[in-house]
Amino acid sequence: MPLLQIEDLRAYYRTEVYGISRSVRAVDGVSMELYNNEIYGIAGESSCGKTTLIKVISGTLKPPLRVESGRVHYDFGAFEVDMLTIDPEELRQTVRWKEISYVMQGSMSVLNPVRKIIRTFEDIVRTHQGIPNKKLFLEQTQEHVRRLGLPPDVLNLYPHQLSGGMRQRVAIALATVFHPSLIIADEPTTALDVVVQRGVLQMLKDIQAESQNTVLLVTHDLAVHANVADRVGIMYAGRIVEEAPTQIIFNAPRHPYTEHLIRSLPTIGDKSVKASLGGAPPNLANPPSGCRFHPRCPLAMDRCRTETPEMITLSHHHRVACHLVTEAEA
Amino acid sequence: MSASGALLHVDHVTVSFHIGSFIAGGRLMAVNDVSFSLDADRPEIFAIAGESGSGKTTLARVLLHDLDPTQGKVLFEGRDLATIKSRRDAMEFMRKVQPVFQNPFETFSPLRRVEDYLFETAIQFGRAKNRRDAAPIVDEALRLVGLSLDEVRQRYPHELSGGQIQRVSVARALIPKPHLILADEPVSMVDASLRMAIVNLFKKLRDEQKVSVIYITHDLATAYYISDRIAIMLRGYVVESGPVEKVLDNPLHPYTQLLQESVPRPTASEREQWAKHIELGTMEVKEYGRIGCKYAGRCPHVMDVCKQTDPPDVEVEGRTVKCYLYLDDAR
Ligand SMILES: Nc1ncnc2c1ncn2[C@@H]1O[C@H](COP(=O)(O)OP(=O)(O)O)[C@@H](O)[C@H]1O
Ligand SMILES: Nc1ncnc2c1ncn2[C@@H]1O[C@H](COP(=O)(O)OP(=O)(O)O)[C@@H](O)[C@H]1O
Ligand code: SF4
Ligand SMILES: [Mg+2]
Ligand SMILES: [Mg+2]
Repeated sequence: MPLLQIEDLRAYYRTEVYGISRSVRAVDGVSMELYNNEIYGIAGESSCGKTTLIKVISGTLKPPLRVESGRVHYDFGAFEVDMLTIDPEELRQTVRWKEISYVMQGSMSVLNPVRKIIRTFEDIVRTHQGIPNKKLFLEQTQEHVRRLGLPPDVLNLYPHQLSGGMRQRVAIALATVFHPSLIIADEPTTALDVVVQRGVLQMLKDIQAESQNTVLLVTHDLAVHANVADRVGIMYAGRIVEEAPTQIIFNAPRHPYTEHLIRSLPTIGDKSVKASLGGAPPNLANPPSGCRFHPRCPLAMDRCRTETPEMITLSHHHRVACHLVTEAEA
Repeated sequence: MSASGALLHVDHVTVSFHIGSFIAGGRLMAVNDVSFSLDADRPEIFAIAGESGSGKTTLARVLLHDLDPTQGKVLFEGRDLATIKSRRDAMEFMRKVQPVFQNPFETFSPLRRVEDYLFETAIQFGRAKNRRDAAPIVDEALRLVGLSLDEVRQRYPHELSGGQIQRVSVARALIPKPHLILADEPVSMVDASLRMAIVNLFKKLRDEQKVSVIYITHDLATAYYISDRIAIMLRGYVVESGPVEKVLDNPLHPYTQLLQESVPRPTASEREQWAKHIELGTMEVKEYGRIGCKYAGRCPHVMDVCKQTDPPDVEVEGRTVKCYLYLDDAR
């Protein structure tokens, strides 16, 4: 059984501006699975719905975001959870932090700015498990951060006293207190410099390798996925358009969007002109018909404008939603 | 190149801050004896790269005349920034040197529509008399960055994505038709495909509009792609500088070497190299307070002399390196 099964998930932001109602179809027909013991990378340009997808699958969505349809089902081994119907209190008690934890960009919102880091650990452990023995809690927390390669002194600092990289490593330490089945990291290293990014991601990889849990790593930075992810899903305008093991995504992508992304990546040693994708990212309040990529796709055909391409499976867990590929494979 | 013929001449600039910490003797040299020049006749993209807390933004503030250097001076089009006092001179300087900041959400107040900033900029710098005249100018600037006035109309910053709003802030900087754009981490909050759109835009501005760009970044891949020259900063010092191909294809300073190999390569076949474990820097303030080379605490080649006095700037293999390792090669 996969750890997580997402079936035809649709989640829209429904807002009213000056009496005109708008719905932003940020997640619009996503189906995917996450397995135990893997790092799955989600890539895609900003506003394509990555964070929205994360909000739904982590159970942290709030209005105006609403799930329209679909299924989000977890199998944690000991118990199963249907994320779209679970009682919020039960979610808080049994799932959050314990089975699913969440590391986001900057992490300031999880760290209370006026309290020392240790207090944030204390708050989380107290609400989810209780602290019968304070001395033991302190020792265990120190041991936990030390094992992750952080100096235990950080526990006595305030968030603003930490560098961005240290803050992210503290957030990862927090996220792993209860050894969750799934760690979701949404742009955890965006805006960090490369050396620190490398350190933070190495820490995340080491934790995954040791605890053999699942990491869902969201970043627009494909070069990061190339070095960290086992599988990569490429998202475009609210949908996964291609998914494959990392080697295949980089060496033999099939979706024209993925191909463009890979081809346009800058790298040291290469000064050749890299075209950026023409056209604008689609407006998800009024997305293009058919294949949502068709207005920007150099290979678009007639049916691309009208028919939504089905996701088809090629070899090696390689899935693609593109009419061109479907026709080539038929 | 003479200082007067330069677009920008940065002459031994030092900025020292008083800080509460005694580790560094209560003083922190955020920018330490930095010099470089941009030629007025040859527009170029000059990258400044390095870890956070290296003094890049502090240097940018000096170049934007937002902060006076503790020592040294900056000349823009021959004029010492220290002599800019009147409001009129300040406006004229701002028209010619436009900033683009890292966090566009700090540039744009959440309570105001983003278009208001654009109209305001067009009117403030005399490109239009009123909103109606400004509309085509604003739209033109937005189109240069792949947006349009229709798309941002009535929208507040939080209604735009990080990528969209950063493009709006580049568009805003273009409105006064500046001679120099100083972009401080302009793409670090923007995704890869838009990154290329923005950096290609800087290239286009250099090649077609003859605008020079100072591109401050920690993204060495885009720095390599667009820049002519690069300066690598570490704790206030420029530790290596020169043509970008020389510095990044074959870095000589041990710190540049670490930076360069830490850039994740966009291919799935070089994972091992990148996964090699690294030592992260200790506390920033400690490194700033270090006597001698700021990298000595992490450097795999550290020698006794490195911990005693500042390394010299050595000219070697077509670039300048601040490191004792190359002292002999220089002669
Ligand atoms: N609170 C909100 N109200 C309305 N639209 C929103 C809200 N948050 C995000 N959106 C829109 O949803 C779309 C997807 O956003 P998001 O999931 O944050 O994308 P990503 O994480 O890939 O950058 C975007 O068009 C964005 O503007
Ligand atoms: N106004 C200030 N007062 C004291 N220290 C400062 C001030 N501004 C920056 N610093 C310090 O100077 C160093 C360089 O900062 P900054 O120029 O922002 O670096 P970068 O942009 O490379 O990240 C940092 O240690 C920072 O904390
Ligand atoms: S001067 Fe010394 S410590 Fe500094 S980088 Fe060179 S060898 Fe390393
Ligand atoms: Mg996001
Ligand atoms: Mg900065």
